[in-house]
Amino acid sequence: MVAKVDMSRPRRGRKLHPLPIRIMHWLNAVAMIVMITSGWGIYDDDAVIKGFYFPDVLRLGEWASPSLNYHFAGMWLLALNGLVYLGYGFATGRLRERLLPIRLRDVVHTVRDTLHLHLAHEDLTTYNAVQKILYIVAILAGIAQVVTGIAIWKPVQFSGLVSLLGGFQFARVLHFTGMSVLVGFLLVHVALAFLVPQTLWAMLSGGPRLRRGSADRSADVAP
Amino acid sequence: MTPRFRPVERPDPAILDDHRALLRAIDRRRLLRGGLSLGALTMLTGCDVRRPDAVQSALLTLRDMNDAVQAWLFDPRKLAPTYPASQVLKPPKFNAYYDVTKVKPVDAAGWRLELSGLVADRRPWTLSQLTTLPQRDMIIKHICVEGWSYIGEWSGIPLGSFLRRVGADLKAKYVAFRTADDYPSSIDMATALHPQTLLALDYAGKTLADPFGFPLRLRMATKLGYKNPKWITAIEVTNRYPSGYWEDRGYSWFAGI
Repeated sequence: MVAKVDMSRPRRGRKLHPLPIRIMHWLNAVAMIVMITSGWGIYDDDAVIKGFYFPDVLRLGEWASPSLNYHFAGMWLLALNGLVYLGYGFATGRLRERLLPIRLRDVVHTVRDTLHLHLAHEDLTTYNAVQKILYIVAILAGIAQVVTGIAIWKPVQFSGLVSLLGGFQFARVLHFTGMSVLVGFLLVHVALAFLVPQTLWAMLSGGPRLRRGSADRSADVAP
Repeated sequence: MTPRFRPVERPDPAILDDHRALLRAIDRRRLLRGGLSLGALTMLTGCDVRRPDAVQSALLTLRDMNDAVQAWLFDPRKLAPTYPASQVLKPPKFNAYYDVTKVKPVDAAGWRLELSGLVADRRPWTLSQLTTLPQRDMIIKHICVEGWSYIGEWSGIPLGSFLRRVGADLKAKYVAFRTADDYPSSIDMATALHPQTLLALDYAGKTLADPFGFPLRLRMATKLGYKNPKWITAIEVTNRYPSGYWEDRGYSWFAGI
């Protein structure tokens, strides 16, 4: 396997973020912003948390009708782009390569380093354990949003799913919770991207070339 | 009791009228164009997405494509969940595009149900004639597009059996309603024939009260609340798209749940 890769790419390893990943990343960024801000417009007509509303300026759509139309347009981009991303991630092995394994020891190390404010980020090509967990949480939350979204979009056609989710109103609460998780992820993700701007640049240009076989090495070699 | 199902700021209906002709009839070319619009939408983050006509029209095109997807997802044999009588909300929630204090009660004696369009027997019906027809009872969830819901018990004449009785063309596309409160509405024939689509006369075992549509309203278990017109005065069976009050203000026409 390694030999085959070496023959097809004899000199240079592939980039950290290949072009399809970059395209899907930014399409997803747009889809998420559309879904979240239009969702806030829909939310405000019947608040899940009594008395809590999203301000006008943060909402996509002047009132519920355009917000709903944005939401049901954005859902296709989010779901289709997400499906292609997951398909690509599984087919190329990227998901496993980037996000696994997560070792408890590494998590403890990363948290300790973070608390001591000397988190290493010179090497963009390997994610630390906390990063891996955050990305996995974001992917799972995205999938959950699609599932709870389908449930509250079509509670009669998918009535089995709705009762599995604890009823229509609870499915709404879950959809709201999933949004909150994703917004929390986005805040951390965007803040860190600006703190370490080379990561932002890498998601535009593709980033550094991976050393050949580096992915396998990180998975197989015990420290 | 303020009606919440009302925009803070009325949209300019002219915006929608300008595009209406463009928006109907979903064909393959439209699907492609809609796909491009979806792509175009992603490019719009940098500019003002609140106004431009192109965005509005792309959104409405996608809304109509979604209506086609919704019609495809609709299973005419799938029944909505029903609930025990103990969970029924009494009285039901009032909702309209105006306040409950503005409700104008309908006089039963002078009331007639007019029929028009692709219907063999177009004689109007009086209320006492209607009440002789076989009725059906259902305890279903009312789900509003806003997100709230409640469980209600409705009884009345299944619309499907009524349409058969008057010799309606069941191959027609639309069943349209006119109401005493000027709230035109329309549904697809598949939903009209669904067993949980009733011309409702009673709520929780009693004749409908005035604010809830006396003497006759529509109740469907498979569509959002705003698709259920109250104080119905006329039914038309047609192949020409009849639209509706909220549909003209940007909401989905199919609105299936």
